[in-house]
Amino acid sequence: MTDHLLEVCDLSVEFHTAGGTVKAVQDVSWHLDRGETLAILGESGSGKSVSASAIMNLIDMPPGKITSGRILLNGADMLKMSAEERRRINGARIAMIFQDPLAHLNPVYTVGWQIAEMMTTHGTPAAEARNRALALLERVGIPQPAEAMVKYPHQFSGGQRQRLMIAMALAFKPDILIADEPTTALDVTVQAQVLALLEELQAETGMGLLLITHDLGVVAEIADRVVVMNSGRIVETGNAAEVYSNPQHPYTKKLIGAAPGKGAMPEERDRGGEPLLRVQNLSKHYGAFHALKGVSFTIMPGETVAVVGESGSGKSTLARALLRLEEPSGGQAFYKGRDLVTMAPRDLFGLRREIQMVFQDPTQSLNPRMSVYQLISEAWAIHPEILPRGQWRARVAELLTKVGLSPDMAQRYPHQFSGGQRQRIAIARALALEPRLIVCDEAVSALDVSIQAQVIELLEGLRREFGLSYLFIAHDLPVVRDFADRVIVMKEGEIVEEGTVRQIFDAPREPYTRALLAASLDPDPEVQARRREARLAEGLLTA
Amino acid sequence: MKKFIGKRAVASAISLVGLVVLVFFLSRLTGDPTDLYLPVDASLQAREQFREINGLNDPLMVQFGRYVADLAVLDFGNSIRRSRPAIDVVLEGFAWTLWLACVTMLLVTFAAIVIGSLAAFRVGGVFDRIATFFSLIGASAPDFWIAIVAIVVFAVNLRWLPTSGTGTIWHWVLPVSVLFIRPFGLILQVVRGSMIGVLSSAYVKTARAKGVRNRPIIFVHGLRNGMLPVITVIGDQAAGILNGAVVVETIFGFPGIGKLMIDSILQRDFNVVLAAIMVSALAIFLMNLLIDLAYAMLDPRIRY
Repeated sequence: MTDHLLEVCDLSVEFHTAGGTVKAVQDVSWHLDRGETLAILGESGSGKSVSASAIMNLIDMPPGKITSGRILLNGADMLKMSAEERRRINGARIAMIFQDPLAHLNPVYTVGWQIAEMMTTHGTPAAEARNRALALLERVGIPQPAEAMVKYPHQFSGGQRQRLMIAMALAFKPDILIADEPTTALDVTVQAQVLALLEELQAETGMGLLLITHDLGVVAEIADRVVVMNSGRIVETGNAAEVYSNPQHPYTKKLIGAAPGKGAMPEERDRGGEPLLRVQNLSKHYGAFHALKGVSFTIMPGETVAVVGESGSGKSTLARALLRLEEPSGGQAFYKGRDLVTMAPRDLFGLRREIQMVFQDPTQSLNPRMSVYQLISEAWAIHPEILPRGQWRARVAELLTKVGLSPDMAQRYPHQFSGGQRQRIAIARALALEPRLIVCDEAVSALDVSIQAQVIELLEGLRREFGLSYLFIAHDLPVVRDFADRVIVMKEGEIVEEGTVRQIFDAPREPYTRALLAASLDPDPEVQARRREARLAEGLLTA
Repeated sequence: MKKFIGKRAVASAISLVGLVVLVFFLSRLTGDPTDLYLPVDASLQAREQFREINGLNDPLMVQFGRYVADLAVLDFGNSIRRSRPAIDVVLEGFAWTLWLACVTMLLVTFAAIVIGSLAAFRVGGVFDRIATFFSLIGASAPDFWIAIVAIVVFAVNLRWLPTSGTGTIWHWVLPVSVLFIRPFGLILQVVRGSMIGVLSSAYVKTARAKGVRNRPIIFVHGLRNGMLPVITVIGDQAAGILNGAVVVETIFGFPGIGKLMIDSILQRDFNVVLAAIMVSALAIFLMNLLIDLAYAMLDPRIRY
């Protein structure tokens, strides 16, 4: 039998926690060969990162414990090696990059030093390491590499930071690169560039690429084979295109079914009458920086308007300025004919209940020391005219049922819920005030695909039931396609294109919109292959 | 940066003025120095003469005006007790205390950082438990008690070390050791807590994935990040000693500024009290400035 480059056999890992033993992965087996890209696909908690951590010896033991299995690198069992032998493999033969490059780069050292350290650690003389670090920065496309060497991580953009991580990881031309959600935090166009860079470098070095992801689109774009994981076990494995077109396991089918961007686009509805919100020339400056450069649009009652754009496009600033979480620098926003921008704080207080916000990260936006009952009923303590105290308990139960949670969860605290459940609590809290307009700032971005689909369905249902309007801020185009009526595309603080979902997705006019759409990843490997060709032909994006 | 330092200097100067006013008038409430310096049976005439010489006969506001005018040309007045310029007396004492503080804090910082970091590396391990146990005892030990017990044991019974004074290096051992204990316990706890957080951070994971050895992971990747909260506590503790390690200096007869200040207050030697307070305040201002600069030096994200 020929040895694979890397082979994981029957790996089981447990974590001993105060709440008992958690079996993170059970009997996981997969292999990776040279020049190949293997994707491990799974949602949060599926254990998809655990085998990679075991390979890199990054599992803290205790509380972690590898209860069985082997990890063979060219046939040699890494789990039988000494810590020193493992250390020498890390970085030199197997390197790893992570999801959040800002957190994973040391904030207090220059990037040149950090890249050079990869080499000095494994015995390269300092001067040579510095020269090679400079060449690496150039190779991964960092502009002005000589200046970049002495800069710190916070002085780079998100995409550049991931390039820095890649430069560091590839310093020794390792046999294997493990990429743990490498593009999850990046804008779509940047994601496409980073994936293209990884592919190029793989072609150059012939390394095996192990990609850990939750994103079917990333799998479709780059993976040869895919391993699908659910609750610590492998449920399906095979060629990426085959698994997508002919999934065998119910979980895989569910995952593929939940992928957004597949449904029929909404028909145009005629919404005569007064707009609910009419924004005119809204602007926001931070010193000399113009985050919002005069934005105008309307939202009709019962309508969902999506705002899409990359980070720095001003879409979150728009939401915050509308709710006056930050004071706008200029312009008007008429809500039912009254200008939110110039409204006195006391009047604004009354209107706040009608315009609610749901944030991206429910872990941070829910006070961890308050029970669900307190979180939801707090709204009525602030606006007592809505509901007499005697009915609070019954109404909390009703709202929890409405968002798909059970009423007996009211006494629990946020940490006892999953991410998706927490976002439901955040929505229930927003609904407590009986709003007319809900501003969702990346409200589903942090959620797993299947949970994302459920939350979108919930929002959709609430719209039908209560005639709510949404201002839906998102960077994920497929979700927008499924959920919105109209789309506003923003770039550098300005609206570059506006139209119905059909107009934007089927016939985008602006090059920027086209670039965004082209960079967005489709879960279908075949569609994705066609898109790539079109993208290359059009030259819209080059790494 | 210059602007930042300038702003801080102005703010400190304003508080210094307030401090001088407050201390000037409060110290005069303690009574008339004449009663302390002249024998009980001194004649009225002698008392009158003493007051005249030391300017105590004028109305309070006139005395204050004169003091401020002298201060403007950096004349801090004379010490009544020692018949020398007050500032000379104070600077002598301050030099002793500065040495004491520097030696103690260097030892404390080094020991606390090394032991605290190693304890944080294996949380809950044997080393961590021992370190935590002793640091908690240290942080809560009353220093006057330790000082006296140390004298009884090491100076009186074992006769290894002198009880007081400053003649040789052996005279320093007991005061430094006693001063060491509390800041050591406290700073070790802060280092340990800070390093536990830092060592579980994402960039340390990256370093491990790079194959970096444990020692540089702790002391290169970890420590520089973990030092930020520690520096604040180090500065605070150092300022505490600079301000006069009153108890320890008194017990060990150490001629530092703390002992000087207490003595001068008891002796109603107003000019010395005022000069000592101004020097300490200035030292604390410089100390804080140093901490802020150290912050910016350690963390490139902090710029003033």
